[in-house]
This record gives sequence, C-alpha cells and structure tokens, in this order.
Amino acid sequence: MSSILESPATAPGHFGPYGGRYVPETLMVPLFELERAYELGKSDALFQAHFQNLLRNFAGRPTPLQFASRLTEKLGGPRIYLKREDLLHTGAHKINNAIGQGLLAVKMGKPRIIAETGAGQHGVASATVAAHLGLECVVYMGTEDMARQALNVARMRMLGARVVAVDSGSRTLKDAINEAMRDWVTNVRTTHYLLGSVLGAHPYPVMVRDFQAVIGREARQQILAAENRLPTHLFACVGGGSNSIGLFHEFLRYPDVKMIGVEAGGRGGQLGEHAARLAAHQGFTGARPGVLQGTYTYVLQNEDGQIATTHSISAGLDYPAIGPEHAWLADQRRAEYWAVSDQAALDAARLLSRTEGIIPALESAHAIAGLVERLPKMTKNDLVILNLSGRGDKDMDTYSRLL
Amino acid sequence: MNTRIEKRFEALREAGELGIVGYITAGDPSPDATPEFVAALDQAGADVIELGVPFSDPLADGPTIQRASERALKSGTTLAKVLDLVRLIRQASQVPLVLFSYYNPILQMGLEKFASTAAEAGADGVLATDLTPEESDDYRRILGAQHLDTIFLGAPTSTDERLAKIAACSSGFLYLISRTGVTGAKDALPDDLPALLRRARAVTRLPMAVGFGISLPAHVSVLGGLADAAVVGSALVSEIEKATKSGASASAIDAATSALSEKVRALKQAARHGLSRREVTR
Repeated sequence: MSSILESPATAPGHFGPYGGRYVPETLMVPLFELERAYELGKSDALFQAHFQNLLRNFAGRPTPLQFASRLTEKLGGPRIYLKREDLLHTGAHKINNAIGQGLLAVKMGKPRIIAETGAGQHGVASATVAAHLGLECVVYMGTEDMARQALNVARMRMLGARVVAVDSGSRTLKDAINEAMRDWVTNVRTTHYLLGSVLGAHPYPVMVRDFQAVIGREARQQILAAENRLPTHLFACVGGGSNSIGLFHEFLRYPDVKMIGVEAGGRGGQLGEHAARLAAHQGFTGARPGVLQGTYTYVLQNEDGQIATTHSISAGLDYPAIGPEHAWLADQRRAEYWAVSDQAALDAARLLSRTEGIIPALESAHAIAGLVERLPKMTKNDLVILNLSGRGDKDMDTYSRLL
Repeated sequence: MNTRIEKRFEALREAGELGIVGYITAGDPSPDATPEFVAALDQAGADVIELGVPFSDPLADGPTIQRASERALKSGTTLAKVLDLVRLIRQASQVPLVLFSYYNPILQMGLEKFASTAAEAGADGVLATDLTPEESDDYRRILGAQHLDTIFLGAPTSTDERLAKIAACSSGFLYLISRTGVTGAKDALPDDLPALLRRARAVTRLPMAVGFGISLPAHVSVLGGLADAAVVGSALVSEIEKATKSGASASAIDAATSALSEKVRALKQAARHGLSRREVTR
C-alpha cells in the first residue's frame, strides 16, 4: 500500500485526480521547458553542487532541530522538537525554493524573475536570490498584504526588487498570483516565474516540494540522532503548503508517523471568514475540488464556481486553494488537516515567545496552535517535530497591536 | 451534422471574406443588456459572437476585460444565467454563439449538465481559456456528444507538434493568439503573426481566427488573406465601458449598442473591402 504514498503521482504532474496543468496555452511550452530544465538539473552534478553550496553557505543550512524543553514541560504532553527554519537567511524556509528556482532561471538563460508574495517572505527570498545571482526581480503583492507586512516591502526594495502593488480582488496572495501570471504570459520568453509554493501547474508542485524536501531529510537524521526513533507526529502550517510538504515528504514512507497540516481558521467557519480548505470536518464551509491558477485542487468557492475571498490574520496562509498534493494526502487520510483561529495563533505566538525565547511568524504560530489543540489526543510517549517555518520580525506590527 | 459555426466559416470561405468574431462579457453591465448587444453585433455583421462568462480570477485577461468581469459579477451574472441569456438570444437570432469561459465555473456546474444545458439553449461552441488539450478528454467527449464545438487556443509559443495536437482537439475553428500576453487592444500586430498562421495551416484545415490585440479596421485588413476571422474583444468591451460609465440606464445601454454597431460595421467594412497596403501602413 505504501507505493501510492511514496510517490502519489498517478500520471505525470498529477496526485490522484489533483494537480495537472490548467493554464493559457502560451504558458504550456515554457512549462515543458521548465520541467526539462528541472529534470536535467536533478542529475547535473554541477547544478547540484551549486545548489548545495548556496543552501549551506548562503542560506545557512542545515538548520537546527531544537528540543523545546520549556514548551514540552509547559504543555505536559509529548516531547517537542522545533525544526528551526526561522534561522535561515531571510527568516523563513522560502529561501530553499528560491535558491533552487533562481539557479534554474540562470540555467534556462532567463535574466528576469517574477514572484508573488503574501507574507512577503517569498518575495524577500526571491529578491535576495535575484540580487545574489544578478537577476532582475519584480514582486507582485496585494495592497492589503503590503500594509500588514511593510517591513518585508522595505527589504525587497532594499535588495533592488521592484514591488508592484496589486489592488484587485481581495488584494492578497491570490490576486498577486493572477497579476504575476499576467506578467509571465506576456514576458514569458525572458522571464522565469519563481512561484513560491507547491501550487500552480506542473512541474511547480513537484519541483517546489523537492526543493523544500531538505527540511524533512535533515529532520529525520536529526531526530534519530537525538532520540534514536522516528517522531510520532509532525506539525506544520499550510497556506499553499510548501513548508509542510517539505517536512512531510521524507516521512511519507513511514506509516506510523502522523502528519498534521494546520490551516488558517480565521474568524469562523462561514465562507469568507477563513482560509481552511481541508477542514470541513470542523465546520469550515465552501471548499470543493476545482481549478484555480493552474491546478486542480480543493478551492474555497461559491456554488457558481467563483473563487471566494478568504480571511486570515496571517498573510501567508490567506489563500483560497491548497497545494494539490495536500488534497491527495487528505483524501488518502495520510495527512490530517486542522484549522485554528486567528486568536489561537496569537496565543500560540505569545506562548512560544515566552517559553522558548522565539518569536514565530504568524504562519508558524498556527502550527503551534494546532499542536496545543491536539494535546488531549496525545501522550507523554509521543514525539513531535514542529516546523518553525519563519520568524516573527515581519509580524511585530500585528503582535504589538493585538497582544 | 454541420454546426452553425462550421456553416458560417464555409460561407465566408465561399465569399472569400474575412469573418469578424465579436467578444463581449455576458452580464456587463447588466444581464438585460446582453441580448440587445448581441442583436446589434449580429445586425452589424459579426459572424460569430463570443459570450464571455465572468470569472473572479481572470488571469488571462487584461484590465479591460477584468473590469467587465467585475461589473458582470456585480450584476449577478452566473454561468447558469449566461445559459439563460443564450436561450433568449437564440429565440431571435441564428448567429453562431461561442461561450468563452474559465474552466472552473463549467467544472462546478458539472460537465454533463453544462453540455446538455448549453446545447439545448442554443450555444454552438465552447472555449475554456485555461483548459489545455492534455486535461480535456472528458470535456471533449461530453461536449462532443452534445454537438458543441470545442475550440482551443494556439499561441506563438506553441510548437508545431503542439499546434497539431491543439487542432486535433478543436472543432469549429482554431483560435490563434496573436502575441504572448493577456487580452487587450494594441496598436500594431506582431511581426511573427504570419509565421504562426503558416505553421498552423501546415497542421490543420480548420478555419483560423486570430485574436488578442485586434481593435482597428487596419488590423482586420492586414489579416484578410492570412486568417479566416479576426476576433475583437477588448475594443468592444471598452465601448460598453465608456457608454455605461455613469450607470446602466436605458439611454446608456442604447448608446453602447450604437457604439458597438458602429465599431463592428467599420471592422466588417474593412473585412469586406480591405484597405490597400499603402493605406494600412500609412
């Protein structure tokens, strides 16, 4: 039974019925080119050496797996380890993928990269890699997100990127992706679209996962070294789903390792009040399989197939669709999905700050809240790895207003 | 069984005339206006009419059609209502009608229900902007069973091999995108357009409509002899936008209707008689 879980792609670019390529025709051949470049890069020793070198010496890998002793004691349940992606250069896991795709852009001879960003972490990572590799960089960002993540806007500009304000729709991540895709379809011959999550048309969900899978590979070795056993539970927040897939991927072959993806429950279960695509079991309404921005997956939408607006206090989780591999993992019951409220995430951010001396990003705070809500179903024998995907500097405005 | 689209292209071919395909977003600025606009386009000489189904996330469209989609959604337009409009239009006109949609609204209605309702209402063909041949097996089977033409897009970036595949999945006509980019009016047609048409002609006998960026009679004249039809979208939609800027009153709709007629008449004129090369380049 493990074969479908190991590599759930049933047809190239598909995860069961999910995934695929749903894009304007103009983008199809560029997607094939990207897929080919990526496949070649995988077996290209020089490319891999360059990638590993940048991960180690530019981004700061490997990241520590830290035993959270005071949090463990405080919660009184399982032993908790934090995978410290927040310690990476630029402050989040996003840099792993940005380095990989930046090198691919160079390999494909594309002098210009574009990116979308919600929380700004992927935009900063893209701008950083572009500066490091000498590429032109344009980042699309919703105006609502620009307001709540002003620090990251300044960082991108400092790095020489152009930040384009997107004022359509909900003025958040979804609208930034629309605008980035319009740029890409126009400038496709010179431009690589550096998509930041396991979303979009094939090969993005597979490629971004593979670039992020280093998180789980390191974590498995580190937990074996520290505890001499595999974890019983993995926790990670899920917006598009790249940090969670990055942690989960390595562990898919171990059926006893439970995986919990934590979504943004926002202010409540009504459509428009949350960004929970796989938490219908908790009463979050409006998600059905559909096509958005290149892929077939669970999408928050109304009965007529119009995409819903979403709400989350966390810009990085505020998105109506989820990576297609997560949809498949949920259908297979290989991973569980659980949504926590804005308030629970804020409480969790305070908890981690005061027990461990780590201010988490609002996104990662959702994972901590998910762990807290799961405690009644766990024992002291359980062993948790929680992906601390980003640091909270960018969220200090929100924290200082609401805490 | 020949569809209305096939018959119209046959007639155009016999007359040696370039067809005009007119696009408007259904429900912009109100559902009531759409049948009036279609009647005007039909009477002014449009050969095929594309009715855009508004979508919340029109990522292949430029600002003009994005705004039209927003207006149409605000006026309560859904795919089901667009199909009602088709039924209404069909009572008065035999003009070939193509539904131009993003894939998700069709998928959410359900392919079977969509195909049977669209066919029964009197639609002739469907183009789903973000549906590629690779993902279209069920779609083509189910729409084909209802004798709906399935129209796919060919792009300047498409290889010859892909153009052949796209053509094999298409019926009615092949829609060639004149340039990379989103929808929207432009001043000039791209230099590599004749090459794209030549490459497409080499792999299919389907009629070719060229769209994206076409707004002027001069564009239409240039396409005569190269393509079988010119698609005019944003240029029509902006006429509607201009005329209804301060609301969708009856007089504003009338003004938009006459503007559409005038625009299509001028384009049709250029298609029938053409301009000399010198006039085109002047």
